[in-house]
Order: sequence, then structure tokens, then C-alpha cells
Amino acid sequence: MLWVDKYRPRSLDKVIVHQDVAQNLKKLVSEQDCPHLLFYGPSGAGKKTLIMALLRQMFGASVEKVKVENKNWKVDAGSRTLDLELTTLSSTHHVELNPSDAGFQDRYIVQEIIKEMAKNRPIDTKGKKGFKVLVLNEVDKLSREAQHSLRRTMEKYSASCRLILCCNSSSKVTEAVRSRCLNVRINAPKEEEIVDVLEFIGRKEGLQLPSGFAARIAEKSNRSLRRAILSFETCRVQQYPFTNNQLIPAMDWEVYVLEIASDIMKEQSPKRLFQVRGKVYELLSNCIPPEIILKRLLFELLKKLDSELKHEVCHWAAYYEHRMRLGQKAIFHIEAFVAKFMSIYKGFLISTFG
Amino acid sequence: MAPLLQSSQPWVEKYRPRQVKDVAHQDEVVRVLTNTLETANCPHMLFYGPPGTGKTTTALAIAHELYGPELYKSRVLELNASDDRGINVVRTKIKNFAAVAVGTQRHGNYPCPPYKIIILDEADSMTEDAQNALRRTMETYSKVTRFFFICNYISRIIEPLASRCAKFRFKPLTDEIMNDRIAYICSAEGLDLDPEALSTLSSISQGDLRRAITYLQGAARLFGSSILSTDLVTVSGVIPEEVVQALYSTCKSGNFELAEKEVSNVIAEGYPVSQIISQLFDLIVGLDDVSDEQKARIFKKMGEADKCLIDGADEYLQLLDVASNAMRALCNMPLEFPSEF
Repeated sequence: MLWVDKYRPRSLDKVIVHQDVAQNLKKLVSEQDCPHLLFYGPSGAGKKTLIMALLRQMFGASVEKVKVENKNWKVDAGSRTLDLELTTLSSTHHVELNPSDAGFQDRYIVQEIIKEMAKNRPIDTKGKKGFKVLVLNEVDKLSREAQHSLRRTMEKYSASCRLILCCNSSSKVTEAVRSRCLNVRINAPKEEEIVDVLEFIGRKEGLQLPSGFAARIAEKSNRSLRRAILSFETCRVQQYPFTNNQLIPAMDWEVYVLEIASDIMKEQSPKRLFQVRGKVYELLSNCIPPEIILKRLLFELLKKLDSELKHEVCHWAAYYEHRMRLGQKAIFHIEAFVAKFMSIYKGFLISTFG
Repeated sequence: MAPLLQSSQPWVEKYRPRQVKDVAHQDEVVRVLTNTLETANCPHMLFYGPPGTGKTTTALAIAHELYGPELYKSRVLELNASDDRGINVVRTKIKNFAAVAVGTQRHGNYPCPPYKIIILDEADSMTEDAQNALRRTMETYSKVTRFFFICNYISRIIEPLASRCAKFRFKPLTDEIMNDRIAYICSAEGLDLDPEALSTLSSISQGDLRRAITYLQGAARLFGSSILSTDLVTVSGVIPEEVVQALYSTCKSGNFELAEKEVSNVIAEGYPVSQIISQLFDLIVGLDDVSDEQKARIFKKMGEADKCLIDGADEYLQLLDVASNAMRALCNMPLEFPSEF
């Protein structure tokens, strides 16, 4: 088992990084009820962990017995019927799904599953009607229509199901949905907190950590705890006992982006652009999301630039990333950014050195 | 053991005024409407105004007071944006409901006028086609049906519809009215709210009573019965003043690396970028040492970034762009880049 899963805190009492949030959540569910919740924060901050711990607090250990199902829905949408298929993760008390996987038909999924859950409400041992919890991931990727239909359904069926929404940025969730939930912000853990967690894992595994080693991992992790733990484990596999100057392996795609960046800096010509295009294609075909490539590329380029050029470059990065959202093919926009950068940089070189 | 179901009604619903005369702060509207209630004669109506000022409450209250609980179901049709309201619905559902005539039999003490009411909530999100389809329907069935439109922006209602209605503007609530209402809810729920928290609450909710009550309930659930102003800030998702101030001062410093660091910090803390942009706007608009031209330049970029965010653009890049633009404006660096080729 990966350490990320092995040392994931199972209950609200055991969390290390977001103790204050966890205590508040515990108070929240202590009255045997909870409002709709919206968790937001950057990835790797611990949203999912907290949600699972919260469910466990509410329902006990039975939430951990999950089964994966491929559900089919037949939805009557006006004149035609739609066949929808989606993978769900469910226990007796909760259902978890990624509605945005259904693409533009996400609206029907959201409505159907909530209705279905409302129809068969669980009955507890005392014969009282309980409620189920529906965990929706990536609500920020839901279409506007789906979010709108969510707001009414949330109110209508609030007696029989509670929603826990989870997303990266709450600005993409409509105000109407946000205002119906209790918003919980989960910030990325600070580097010191990551160090604490790494040392905790080190102790549990019985490892000798040289001083400053955990801090170096934390620094490289971009404040993502998941990433820090993963690279910690990689280090362990590569070389143990740890040495102080041990190399902390970077993600290979990051190294690749770095390569692209230095390619661009070295030569600005159509030929080089063509080579870069091949490399970007390689990244894309390895399922690295285009906006992450663009962001990383910008990050690497900014490190090498004079500060007067930085403003302009970051402006164009924002510009082309926006275009990428509106358009279809990501490669065009990344390439356009690279070409734009080359022309700016070349112009700068000519004007400075003649 | 599974949790028991308790009365977890949102306070917004629980403390919604049931009678027209209880609606706070909208005196003119209330005066006209009480008159309507007495004579049981009412025109088509259009309520508009910012969110949380009592539009839906008023519409529902009138309907309830006219018909009473028994007839309410058969006489009132309530549709809002989450129901399907395309042109087909207007042609079938609304038309069918509107066409049915009703008698004048009385139930209890309610006036029960001989017409039905269709409440179209959030009417500004109806398509133009759907609104056009309503025009004739409104006139044809005006004997037996009254329409209540509720919207935030009257400009999104097509002129022919607006001209068929009596318009009522709902004003944003003043702080005193809001404080009264909040204090009433606090005493009913047994909450302890100090004056500082009360003023924080009215400043973060900006005249929107619904939002204020939602925040209050959220805070009460999370932090128990005595609520501090910091708790309210946490629940509302408003960004602490220091963070915005820090971002502004890095922009002012003219150092790009500092700004970049601050931006990644904001993103890592998980603050919503649209929120930070609007708070940064509030901060800059009130500053005296920034010239009008500088302000205009900064805000132009903010507007563009806001649009991009709605289109789904990346938050980090947009905020960085806003910050770098603000920095250029504040430090009088050259602003314009050669545009597209």
C-alpha cells in the first residue's frame, strides 16, 4: 500500500494538518445532523481525507466498505431518451461520484441520482428515517445548467439527502449553490506542517531522517501534501539510509518542461518551434493537462527572464490560457504562446545587443 | 448509528415573513400591496431589486394571504430558474395553467379573488424567446390569471413584458433594519452576538438579508452559540483584510518576484480569486494616493480577468496578470504591449 493511503488519517481526531477545521467539523456533526457542505482548496490539501473522516464520524466504520458500480440511467429528456453511464463509489450511507465525467449531460445525472436517493431513504435501527450523503467531486467543472438544477434539487430533497461538494476553486461554483452550503476552505498545508507529517511517517516506518531532509522534500512539493509523501516514498525506494545530499527526484514531466523551456531560450526560430511542438505533443499524449503544462512552462521561463519582460510574458500566458478554455485543441494555444514568447524574446535580444 | 433527522430547516425559510405587512423596509411596496389585498384587485406585477431584499417573500406572502393554505396549491403556480422554462414550457405548462378559469367560492377569511397567480422567480434568466411567447398569453388570459415576475435586473426583461406590469423596486436594506432583524433572530435562537460581530455581519453581507442569515446560521452551527466577528468572516468566505493589503503592497513595491510569490501564496491558501479581485477593487477604489487614470487602468484589467474567470480560465494566471498590470499602473511602467499580429 502506498504511504499516501496507509497514513491517511481515518478519523477527525487523528488529522495532523487541519486540526482546527477537523474540530469544527466534529462539533458540526455532533448534533446528528449536518448542513450541505462545500469544501474548496487547492489539490493535495486534504479535502478528500477530511470528507471521508467526516463521514466516518457520522456513520461509523461502515462507510469504508465501498463498492464500485457502473450505473446506467435512462433519462427522459423531452423528446428523446438518453442513456447515461457513470462510475459511482457507494457504501450504505453515501454515494460518491464525479458528475462532470458525463460531459454536457451532467445536468441529468445530478437530478436523477438525487431523486433516486431520495426515493429509497435508509431506515436506521430505531425505524427513523435517516439520510444519505452524496459526495460530488469537481463541482467547479459542472456546467452552468447542472449547477442551476442543483440548487433547486438541494432544497427540495434536503430532508433525505445531504450534499458534500468538493472543488478546487469556489469562484467557478455559482453564488446560488455556494450560498446554500456551509463553505469550508481547506488551505494547502504550510511547509512546516508537511515536515511534521513526513517526520511522523518516518517515525512510524522506523526510518532515520537526516535533519533538513524532510524540509527539502517539503520545499519541492509546492505545498501539496500528497506530492510530498509520494516523493518521500520514492526517495525511500531509491536509497536508504538517506543521505543529506540525496537528490529528490522531480516529476519526469517537470524535467521535460524544463527542457522545453531551455530549448526555447536557446534558439528562437521556426525550426525550434517545430521541435518544441513535438515535445508538447508528447506531454499531452501522456495525459498531462494542457493548463498545467502552460503554467509550468511559464514558471520555468519566468525564472530565466529579466524582470521587464516578465509582465508581458505573464500577460500572454494568461491570454492564451483563456483562449485554450474557449477553444478545442490545446496544442494550438500552447504553441501560440511559445511563438509569442519567442518573438518577444528575440525582439528584446535584438534591441539590447543589436 | 445513523443520524436522526431533526428540524434542520434553514433559518432563511424559518424566519421568512408570512405576511406582506411584515416585510421589512419596503414601505411603498407594502402600502400599495396592502391596498391590493383589501380590494382583492391586482395587476400583473414585476418585482425587481438586488438579492435578499424580500422580493420572493413578498410574492409568496401575497399569494398566501389571498388564498389561504387550502386553495394555495390549486391557484398558484411557482416556477423558478431551476425548473425547465424554455419556450416549450411557456407554450404548454404555463398556458394550460393560465387557461383554466376558477370560481369565486370563499374559503374562510381569505379574499380568494377569481383569478390565479403564476409566480416566475428569477425571470431574468428566461430566454428572450420564452419571454416573447408570454406576451400574448398574459393578455389573453388576463381575466383569470395574474403574473408576478421577480428579477434582479429589470433590463433583462423585454420591454413589452415590463410595460404590461406594475413595477416595484426593492431597495437594499439599511444597516439598522438588518441589525433589527438579526437581533430578533439571535434572541429567538438564543445566540449571543456582540455589537462588533453585528457590524461585521452587516458589512460582509452588503444589504443582502438572506446572506446575512445564512452566514449567521453557518457560524452558529460551527462555533456554537456565542459568535465572534472572526467566526463570521471564516464562514462567509470573505478574505481577511491583511491578505488583500499584502497583495496590494507587493503590487505597489514594483517587484515582480514578490508579487509572484504573494500570488502563489494566495492560491495555495485556497482563496477564491473572483473574491480577492473584488476585494482588491474595493480597496483600490477608496485610495487617495492613486490617480484616477491609474485606477481606471487597473479596473479595466480586473474586468477582463473577471470575464476570463467566468469562462473558466486558470485562477493563478489571471490573478498574476491582474497583479502585474496593477504593478505597472501603480509604478508608472509602460502599460500597453504591442497587440496581436
